[in-house]
Amino acid sequence: MDLRWTPEQDDFRHEARNWLVEHRDQWLQSCDHRPESGDTKTGFAQHLEWERMLHQGGWAAVSWPSRYGGRDASLWEWLIFEEEYYRAECPQRVTQNGIFLLAPTVFEFGNDAQRDHVLPRLAAADDLWCQGWSEPNAGSDLASLTCRAERVDDGWLLNGQKTWTTRGAFCTHLFGLFRTDPEQQRHRGLSYLMVPLDADGVTVRGFGRLDGDEGFAEVFFDDAFVPDTAIPGGVVLGGVDDGWAVAMATTGSERGLTLRSPGRFTAAVNRLVDLASETDHAVTDDIADVWMRAEAYQLFTLQTVTQLANGASIGAESSINKIWWSELDIGIHELALDLLGPDAELEHAWSKAFQFALSGPIYAGTNEIQRNIAAERLLGLPRK
Amino acid sequence: MHFSFDDDHHAFADATRAVLSEQCGPDVVRAAWEAPAGQLDRAVWDQLVGLGVNALLVDEQHGGLGLDEVWAALVLEQTGRAALPHPLVESAIVAAAFDPSVVDGTLISTDLGGPNVPCAADADRLLLLDERAGALHLVDRESVELVPDTAVDRSRRIATVVWSPSPDSIVTDDAAEIALARDRGAFGTAAVLLGLADSMLAMTADYVRERRQFGVPVGSFQAVKHQLADALMQVSFARPAVHRAAWSIARGEPTRRRDVSMAKALASDAGVTVARTALQCHGAIGYTVEHDLHLFLKRTFALSRCWGSAADHRRVVAAAITRERDRDRDRHGATTTV
Ligand SMILES: Cc1cc2nc3c(=O)[nH]c(=O)nc-3n(C[C@H](O)[C@H](O)[C@H](O)COP(=O)(O)OP(=O)(O)OC[C@H]3O[C@@H](n4cnc5c(N)ncnc54)[C@H](O)[C@@H]3O)c2cc1C
Repeated sequence: MDLRWTPEQDDFRHEARNWLVEHRDQWLQSCDHRPESGDTKTGFAQHLEWERMLHQGGWAAVSWPSRYGGRDASLWEWLIFEEEYYRAECPQRVTQNGIFLLAPTVFEFGNDAQRDHVLPRLAAADDLWCQGWSEPNAGSDLASLTCRAERVDDGWLLNGQKTWTTRGAFCTHLFGLFRTDPEQQRHRGLSYLMVPLDADGVTVRGFGRLDGDEGFAEVFFDDAFVPDTAIPGGVVLGGVDDGWAVAMATTGSERGLTLRSPGRFTAAVNRLVDLASETDHAVTDDIADVWMRAEAYQLFTLQTVTQLANGASIGAESSINKIWWSELDIGIHELALDLLGPDAELEHAWSKAFQFALSGPIYAGTNEIQRNIAAERLLGLPRK
Repeated sequence: MHFSFDDDHHAFADATRAVLSEQCGPDVVRAAWEAPAGQLDRAVWDQLVGLGVNALLVDEQHGGLGLDEVWAALVLEQTGRAALPHPLVESAIVAAAFDPSVVDGTLISTDLGGPNVPCAADADRLLLLDERAGALHLVDRESVELVPDTAVDRSRRIATVVWSPSPDSIVTDDAAEIALARDRGAFGTAAVLLGLADSMLAMTADYVRERRQFGVPVGSFQAVKHQLADALMQVSFARPAVHRAAWSIARGEPTRRRDVSMAKALASDAGVTVARTALQCHGAIGYTVEHDLHLFLKRTFALSRCWGSAADHRRVVAAAITRERDRDRDRHGATTTV
């Protein structure tokens, strides 16, 4: 056991820190120090500028192989990068669904042509991906989805509706699950498709979220034709009718460490501690409590990454991980609002972040579903 | 960065586990409830001594293994799993620094973890704090008076020690050494709490898989599943904090005190959550003394408040955060004036 970073890891940290701070300031200048949220139309465009800067600096996807636009960094370095990213208060990544959810799936299930096409364009923020899983009648019960993809000459014909699609209105592409064999029930007969949103017959309508941003969308497919050639290597990721297994690999990333790296929360608790001093409050036991929970999440992740580095894979543990970070996030922000007192009702970074934190127990599989998974798979309790 | 134990650490813990599962079943814990003061059976203790568990932290010169707290972490978890009634933390983790005879099985208890000294009448020696003088003494049990107390967990075999300090028995009056001894005790107890929690979770999962009501196993009800998932989560996130505390002590990290307090706070909270959940999910059978669960529950309730409660340790962490913040601010101030 050695909990120290190596000198090489420290060097990496400094390189990342210097680059991030310098370029963040450049970016802030370029948008007059008033960037909007990345979940609005204007903000999305501003954020893309930032993400292209990241890509030019080689920081868009540090842990990817360099041939796809990464810098071959280890998971350790990825964690360090994330820590520095949040510490420097760099902007939220509007490409995160592509980078953290689609990309790991393409690495695992894609063919060479798909990888060569999708990954570099994703890293460069040329193609902007949203996640099309949920449907109005298929939320937690995702396997009941009814959006159809029908095989026709040279492509697929899509019909149905997706909803709650994060940043769908600003993205260029959607990855999602479609029913390709209507004879088969539930998990069977689904395929994982990559769909350009400019195809004829696709209509995207944006709508507002609780936190005031426009970031949701519903996506309608009305005999939308997607040719096989829309994505070199094909639009189906993994096997036809095998989409469930492919998709489940992605949910692991979503709940596990990649979507919510600990740096995000350690940075937030540090800001909370600063807020206490700005508002003339002591560091109370409650603040110490969320500070410890953020720190424990960090330590848990370091143990997980050590296991991954030793060749293990993460399973249902990602479910308790998800409950932990989502509840922690709410805990941090509730305390911030308490410190702000009556000003908590004003719209500012803390109140917005609080409202966003409230969605944590809902997206990426609700916490109730995660508790079921943890009880059944980690404790071996009966399903029915 | 490498946050995991080596094969050797695991092998040592596995050996301990093997001894405990053979020699320290619930019958042994129950026997500790019944045995008259001073007559605690030492069969399992002697087996642990034979393994070298008591010798872990003593240096090789003194016949010990010369290992560190990182090794102790997994071993202590195993003793918690078995609810070992002997004061291993007090002897092998705390007192070992002052009396290498623990290597041969000398059983030492202490009042450093609080006024109620566990196993006091069964100890060979006692490590006692003279709070006024800030000195730590090592005395023979015969030389002090014991006032037995009735504890909720009878296997703790509690007594209060009445004694008057004499200069001859001082082992240290160095505040830093005493603080380290306390940190070792808090860390060790946190590790034991993880083991207790593991056992309660395993027992409960087994029980709810078997127990049927309304024609189905009660473990298939979501209300039961969700409580257990939350309990499991608490332990899972306390564990790395305890492991980090072990490392911080072993290396004498400047954040040692904070890390230990964080570990004890999280482990105490997790232990209490698991205990309450386990009881609730067992229903009335868990509320009987016939069932073994109560042995683990009561030990957990005791240890969660010894060596500092979660609230005490949270305050320590809050103070450490305040200090770190003020220091960072000073540093900030300095750089902006340059
Ligand atoms: C901010 C945000 C962003 C999102 N982004 C996307 C996106 O980009 N792409 C996308 O596809 N989807 C997205 N979603 C949708 C998200 O995946 C779904 O909200 C989620 O899967 C839950 O489905 P639902 O909202 O239909 O809730 P429901 O499934 O209708 O659940 C309602 C309530 O019932 C509970 N419940 C349901 N089933 C069970 C059960 N078996 N046991 C116990 N309790 C149960 C739930 O836990 C919840 O509390 C997003 C959601 C939010 C809030």
